[in-house]
Amino acid sequence: MSHNGNIKLQIDNYSLFYGDFQALKDINVAFEANKITSIIGPSGCGKSTFIRSFNRMNDLISSVRVQGRIVLDGENIFDLDPVDLRRRVGMVFQKPNPFPKSIFDNVAYGPRMHGVRDRGRLTEIVESSLRSAALWDEVKDKLDKSGLALSGGQQQRLCIARALAVEPELILMDEPASALDPIATLHIEELIQILKEHYTIVIVTHNMQQAARASDYTAFFMMNEDRSGSLVEYGPTEKVFTNPHDKRTEDYITGRFG
Amino acid sequence: MNKAYIADRAVRVILLFAALLSIIIVFMIGLFIFKESLPAFREVGATSLILGSTWRPSQEQYGILTMIVGSLLVTVGAIVLGVPLALGAAILLAEIAPGRVRGIIRPAVELLAGIPSVVYGLFGMVVLVPFIRAVIPVKGNFGFGLLSASMVLAIMILPTITNIAEDAIRAVPKEYKEGSFALGSTHLQTIVHTILPAARSGIVAAIILGIGRAIGETMAMIMVIGNAVEFPLPLNANPLTLFLRSARTLTGNIAVEINYATGIHASALFATGVVLFILIIIVNSTARILVRGEHYG
Amino acid sequence: MDNQETNASFSRRLFSLQHVVDETPIIAETPRASIGSQEAIVRKQLTQKIVFGLFWLTGLLAVAVLIGVVGYLLVQGAQVISLDFLLTPPQGGLEGKGGISTTIITTLYLVILTIAIATPLGVGAAVYLVEYAGEMHGRRGLVPVLVSIARLGVETLAGVPSIIFGLFGYVLFVLYMRFGFSLLAASLSGACLILPVIIRTSEEALKSVPKSYREGSLALGTTQLQMIWTVVLPAALPGIITGIVLSVGRVFSETAVFYVTLGGSYRIPTSLLSGGRTMALHVYYLAMDTRAFDKAMGTAAILILIIIIINAIINYITHRVSVSLGR
Repeated sequence: MSHNGNIKLQIDNYSLFYGDFQALKDINVAFEANKITSIIGPSGCGKSTFIRSFNRMNDLISSVRVQGRIVLDGENIFDLDPVDLRRRVGMVFQKPNPFPKSIFDNVAYGPRMHGVRDRGRLTEIVESSLRSAALWDEVKDKLDKSGLALSGGQQQRLCIARALAVEPELILMDEPASALDPIATLHIEELIQILKEHYTIVIVTHNMQQAARASDYTAFFMMNEDRSGSLVEYGPTEKVFTNPHDKRTEDYITGRFG
Repeated sequence: MNKAYIADRAVRVILLFAALLSIIIVFMIGLFIFKESLPAFREVGATSLILGSTWRPSQEQYGILTMIVGSLLVTVGAIVLGVPLALGAAILLAEIAPGRVRGIIRPAVELLAGIPSVVYGLFGMVVLVPFIRAVIPVKGNFGFGLLSASMVLAIMILPTITNIAEDAIRAVPKEYKEGSFALGSTHLQTIVHTILPAARSGIVAAIILGIGRAIGETMAMIMVIGNAVEFPLPLNANPLTLFLRSARTLTGNIAVEINYATGIHASALFATGVVLFILIIIVNSTARILVRGEHYG
Repeated sequence: MDNQETNASFSRRLFSLQHVVDETPIIAETPRASIGSQEAIVRKQLTQKIVFGLFWLTGLLAVAVLIGVVGYLLVQGAQVISLDFLLTPPQGGLEGKGGISTTIITTLYLVILTIAIATPLGVGAAVYLVEYAGEMHGRRGLVPVLVSIARLGVETLAGVPSIIFGLFGYVLFVLYMRFGFSLLAASLSGACLILPVIIRTSEEALKSVPKSYREGSLALGTTQLQMIWTVVLPAALPGIITGIVLSVGRVFSETAVFYVTLGGSYRIPTSLLSGGRTMALHVYYLAMDTRAFDKAMGTAAILILIIIIINAIINYITHRVSVSLGR
């Protein structure tokens, strides 16, 4: 694995079990800072479970056991306070999930929960987050309208703004555009390109064209015979798509199987 | 960060206590009522208390059999009068009535469910009792009695049974219905042979809930049942005139005398409460087992 | 109901097919031709018409009962209701002189007290059962056992009759704790009565909050407590309020439990330890101790109106919630 820059997130010999069932097997990979890494692979091979490990959302499931380390900027995330970790590692979900609150309150929610009380400061944060999410112009006159009243694409950008408002270092996106129409999808992709300047982004996607055009690095996952998921290949996107090491990668990319 | 975790832990414990409050209350109810009833059980003896048919506190006679019979008779009467009506209404609402009609009848039934019991009791006193007295010219019939009480009770449990039974019927998967129709059955046949059997445990649970409500009703009963402590017997050769008799329920026994009872008398009233409590728990446990059985069937 | 239309036309189509099948000589004549015969079909349909008529009768009977009881009492009671009736206190006596002002006040005090006691406890219990106890599934140890016991407790409590709560309150609050016949004793007893109602409706409301809200909040780095307080509870609020309104209705209607804990005085309660009389109890006392049936019906009429309003409020809240969710 060749990296030109800093490593933001390092995964060492990571495995995850749901009770007795192994869902992820011995993953070893590192993600470079300020780059976009996409994770591709067939359904059910554990991609979502994998990225949900980075902000320890899997902790919420009582039967989950993990082995190995995940290191964020030199610290093992399992030694960190999960609540603080989740501020540093943001997540955007597949289906947009704005709160049943106003647009302003949606974006201000995170900062408020972390102690920001001053109305002026909150307004600043809301505006800059909405600008960063390319939503400001569309909603600046209706900040007190419900977040649920927006279109699908706008809701997703609202969720991105909400995630940005707590100033994360790493942003995880779990198929962020799969529930959106093609135009909204394009907007999201453009947005991600702009965001990588300030954030490290890891994005799970089903859409190979999206991975090919939008990401710097690509990780390809597959399901083993015992139904656990493993990392098959990782590298710069161009290389993975034009000259993959592993035959399985080549098969998947050229569509020889789903 | 530690402060937030301490707060989280503390809240968790407090809320667990709140959740346990219900069972604590149940225990305390059982404890206190049983404790207060002990003197009566000890002095009078459980058998003579429960099976004795004379209740005359002034002569230290504390047999509640009459009240048990009274409660049972009035409940049976309420079931006989109320259940067919309730089920008919439930089937009507779930299967037959068009949406607009249902939109009128269902809220009406729900309204019935919320009306205070004393209001039903008052209606019974002012309308039903004189009606029964006038319409059935049997000597000894004063209108107050098991019949009036059964009618009032039937009206009271009607909404409960209707609502729950209707929900049970609506919950039957429409695949069953379609299968029946596809074999050429009429709607009625489908209802009788397919839907009702499938909704059986829900309907039975509804009826048992209604029975529970009937056994537990107090104030409305006191107002129309007469509260006589004599064992209810038919007035003439016709055994049905039994229902024209004035009687007393377990609940009525407690309410009518508790405010001035002392000593063993008061204790005997608590004993009445114990018997009632046990009766209700039996009824509710049966309901719960039946409803749970549905998930496997 | 759409149900209805398709079933009826379904049947009709089937019957027309059946007719064809009967006439077709392809199927050999079997002695069982009576299965699909015209007479059987007509008989079945006639039976259905009669029985369905009976079902309609029962439904209409239910409505008739409602109109009968409610209508009669409203009409009779209305004759007695006047501003005077509402604003003067009862004066007792065999004629039941006076109005019902003090009973209205007592009832209001009782409602407020009972709700104030039961709501935090009930909502808190529901929050625990939905938000925290879910993790216990499959685990072993003391706490999961406690959780099952807690649920059992709520179920059992819901089935206890009102008079038993009254007895309990009489022994514990009136006698043991020496509160005497008082608002305090009555509201504590009443709180026990409505606790299961609040727990159940709050549980439903909390369960209906989508999981995605919870995940969204936690993913932003909030604690579970923050998530519950700032996202889940506000979203579940309409359902919780419905439960509270339902309980208010119960307190208005309940008699047995207050009969034994409130005493029968018709004076205005001056403190938590004062006794009093609710409107529902006043109906009872008027009917049993006086000849003033008209005033009893007047009081009953007002109670009925209050229940109608409460029902309307509940329907309104539920309607608005389902409309906003449907979007």
